[in-house]
Amino acid sequence: MSTKSNGTHSKTIKVNYLARVEGEGALYVKVRDDAVEEVKLKIFEPPRFFESFLRGRDFTEAPDITARICGICPIAYQMGASHAMEDACGVTVNGGIRDLRHLIYCGEWLESHALHVFMLHAPDFLGYQGAVEMAQDHPDIVKRGLELKKVGNEVMALLGGREVHPINPRVGGFYRAPTRRELDGLAERLAWGRDAALETLQFTATLDFPDFEQDYEFVALRHPDEYAILDGRLVSNRGLDVPLDEFLDHIYEEHVEHSTSLHAAMKARGPYMVGPMARYNLNFEQLTPLSQEAAHDVGLGPTCLNPYKSIMVRTVEMIHACDVALDLIDRYERPDPSYIEVTPRAGVGYGCTEAPRGICWHRYSIDDNGIILDARIIPPTSQNQKVMEQDLWHFVEKFMDLPEDDLQWKCEQGIRNYDPCISCSCHFLDLHLDRA
Amino acid sequence: MIVIGVGNELRGDDGVGLAVLRTLRDRDLPAGGDAVTLREATGEGATLMETWQGADVAILIDAVRADGDPGTVYRFDAREQTLPSQFFNYSTHAFSVAEAVELARALGQLPPHLLVYGIEGSDYDTGAGLSAPVEGSVETVADQILDDLHRYHQPPTR
Repeated sequence: MSTKSNGTHSKTIKVNYLARVEGEGALYVKVRDDAVEEVKLKIFEPPRFFESFLRGRDFTEAPDITARICGICPIAYQMGASHAMEDACGVTVNGGIRDLRHLIYCGEWLESHALHVFMLHAPDFLGYQGAVEMAQDHPDIVKRGLELKKVGNEVMALLGGREVHPINPRVGGFYRAPTRRELDGLAERLAWGRDAALETLQFTATLDFPDFEQDYEFVALRHPDEYAILDGRLVSNRGLDVPLDEFLDHIYEEHVEHSTSLHAAMKARGPYMVGPMARYNLNFEQLTPLSQEAAHDVGLGPTCLNPYKSIMVRTVEMIHACDVALDLIDRYERPDPSYIEVTPRAGVGYGCTEAPRGICWHRYSIDDNGIILDARIIPPTSQNQKVMEQDLWHFVEKFMDLPEDDLQWKCEQGIRNYDPCISCSCHFLDLHLDRA
Repeated sequence: MIVIGVGNELRGDDGVGLAVLRTLRDRDLPAGGDAVTLREATGEGATLMETWQGADVAILIDAVRADGDPGTVYRFDAREQTLPSQFFNYSTHAFSVAEAVELARALGQLPPHLLVYGIEGSDYDTGAGLSAPVEGSVETVADQILDDLHRYHQPPTR
């Protein structure tokens, strides 16, 4: 990590290894004559070729193979792949099985958001290098974070068969559905989790946020009846409103030299943002009443354009996830059978769900025997790369006169606003501010 | 007592922790019900802290990068010393083995006994299988851990 300054007009910010992100990446910002000249979020993890591994495999294997793309959000991959295969074979999964999918996904949101809010993002605001240093002074905050994450893990473990890389979800549903009694144990934990998330929101509201609102195009799923997680149409605040199979008509992916992860952008309008802020701004009215009320109480209205406040938005989503999970458990009736038989037929299928970091889009072609001919996956972090660079550009432009250390700190924080999962997007992060 | 093997078998030498665990399964572990639990882990920190919760003795095995010769074995008594975090930083996890141990220390949640074995790896490329020098250390580490377990083991009193 280094910040170099030659005179007052030019500088370079370099972070060679970005901490507290999933995967490996670096940051480089060059300023000449008080103007930002170059910003690069460098991602240099080797590409992982999952789409090639999938070709020639059976359609039922896709959920288990793609789950390996990420240790934090395996459910996102399993669900996206399962939905796409069901779509290709003309099957729709509804009722109790869909409820279980919704429930396990709430567990994944809780687990992933708790890790980010407490362990990765909070230290930025409180001025600590990491969670270990923060724990010396704020043990209760850290303990609460670990416990919330654990509640999420427990949901994943019960429904998924184990916490990491769950083995119970399958194309068509689940190998085994939990009993009523098994879920009752979770309800108590989730009720605690909801209270803990509410307290956490109060805490996040006391943090200092830089004055930095941006004009974004947000993209998220929208469902007619719920805050979309599992399915819906792809919508934006600038007029996008399409079914999953038309998404590629509106976006493109391109290779840029400084990233092993493809950059995505809207064909008509350029960079767009996915993730908690996008969902929140597009679908606020569909959050549970308690979540909306809690947001209002801390002064977070239905619109939030400051990416540094994403820590609050994630916390609202934790409240929502607990609330929804409790409701799903409350009206649970064990589905029998626990999955719908899916018979392969030649075709193309699409699946897209709201991973904790944003939409994760899948498309597969299979033949009559269910063999995968082609696969394409667009994970959330690759879609956010351009908007992360744009944020840095505007932030450095606006706050160029901050002391070097502070500026660099906030640039790194600016990346962590997105909870980037570089491992998923290809798989890394190192900041360079160049004022030479 | 719990022995936790950390790693990813699909990333070459990163799988050494799991290989040691498998070797231990065939060994003469201290008897007596659930005297010893063997557990696999990916190395995600918060989950690790949960895994060793309640154990009197926890032993962790993981691959490390410490600029030593491949196959070199490092043994840390984590109650006595801070883990050198650069040893364990190859992981893509934002919060991994060394952070988990230090966070538990800060929160007063370390098990009464915590040993960490690190084995110097050389090849972390995608694909299964350990490199020869790392493979050569698996039995040695398993033997050492077996000694540790027998030393800590207290037969149930009748």
